[in-house]
Amino acid sequence: MTESLRQRTLPAPMVPDKRILIIIPAFNEEASIGGVISLVRKHAPGADIVVVNDGSTDRTGAIADGLGVIVLNHIYNLGIGATMQTGYKYALRRGYDIAVQVDGDGQHPADQIIDLVRPVAEGRAEMVVGSRFLGMGEYRPSIARSAGMVFFSRLVSAIIRERMTDTTSGFRAAGRSCIEFFSSKYPDDYPEVEALVLLHKKGFRIMEVPVEMAKRAGGRSSITPMKSVYYMAKVLLAILVDLMKRA
Amino acid sequence: MYLVQVVAILGSVLLFGIVIDFIRRGLLKEKYSVLWLAAAIIILALSLKKELLDTFAEKIGVAYPPSLLFLVAFLFVLLINLHFSVVISIFHEKNKVLSQELTLIKNALKESGIDLSGKGKGPGLPDD
Repeated sequence: MTESLRQRTLPAPMVPDKRILIIIPAFNEEASIGGVISLVRKHAPGADIVVVNDGSTDRTGAIADGLGVIVLNHIYNLGIGATMQTGYKYALRRGYDIAVQVDGDGQHPADQIIDLVRPVAEGRAEMVVGSRFLGMGEYRPSIARSAGMVFFSRLVSAIIRERMTDTTSGFRAAGRSCIEFFSSKYPDDYPEVEALVLLHKKGFRIMEVPVEMAKRAGGRSSITPMKSVYYMAKVLLAILVDLMKRA
Repeated sequence: MYLVQVVAILGSVLLFGIVIDFIRRGLLKEKYSVLWLAAAIIILALSLKKELLDTFAEKIGVAYPPSLLFLVAFLFVLLINLHFSVVISIFHEKNKVLSQELTLIKNALKESGIDLSGKGKGPGLPDD
């Protein structure tokens, strides 16, 4: 009871008449999760926050719970794709209009959530991606990572015939129809790039807005050099297979 | 008769028997035994009838007919493995959906005052 009372949505000053859910996927993020939650609270007043705890072995779930946000605890680790999807399923069932993905590691700028939400709220796109490479910011990935990011951005741009600059960014906002689609289908691991291709095939409008990302507050990238080869192969294969499937 | 035929006959009969026994004891679902039984029957047929093996080997250009038995067995192993990969993928998806559903249900229960974590004092739910 108290839970639902605490979470009662106030009209968001930034976008009235829209119920917004901030989805924070978290796996062992005890160092940063508290900070992320308070920043999101501060910059997205009126939005509900759900932390999807993907079987963390540290205090991530407890910390989030203590801060009074909704916590969805996976009973064991299911991976980032399933974690995001749990968030989308929650958003769908509770009838949210817009869902925003914000990483639990503190890399995504909470003060720019509004920039992602606005185009969705105004009906200009069903999916808005925060790009680190549209002018602002000083995010500089390593040469190898940068090469991979450029490769996927070019590939996705070619497929969806629209310029995409940051297809691996997980800082995104999704509209109602998009939430519904993701609830039924969402890639398992390394989902960001493939999700865009899937959305495009379904005819959703995708849009990028510039964002400026901070350094991580804690934890580190889930993508080690060892995994990056697998990443490339898996995502590439998934995209090719998606293209071969009938829409 | 090649000696390898004798080995293959014994092997395939043994395989057939084991698979049937596993089904009987409930260790193996019929659904997942079909390919194993098919493998045993076909290898048995090829090793019983020497002419069958020889003709078949000649047709596909295998110079030493008994080695065809290995090829057939190998292909079956590949097929069975592929089948398992498909089955695992299906289970993976179902397992994911089930876990997500459990997660959402636990949350809904908690919101209605029933805490399954054990620490809460939810009404009407006995321990364990």
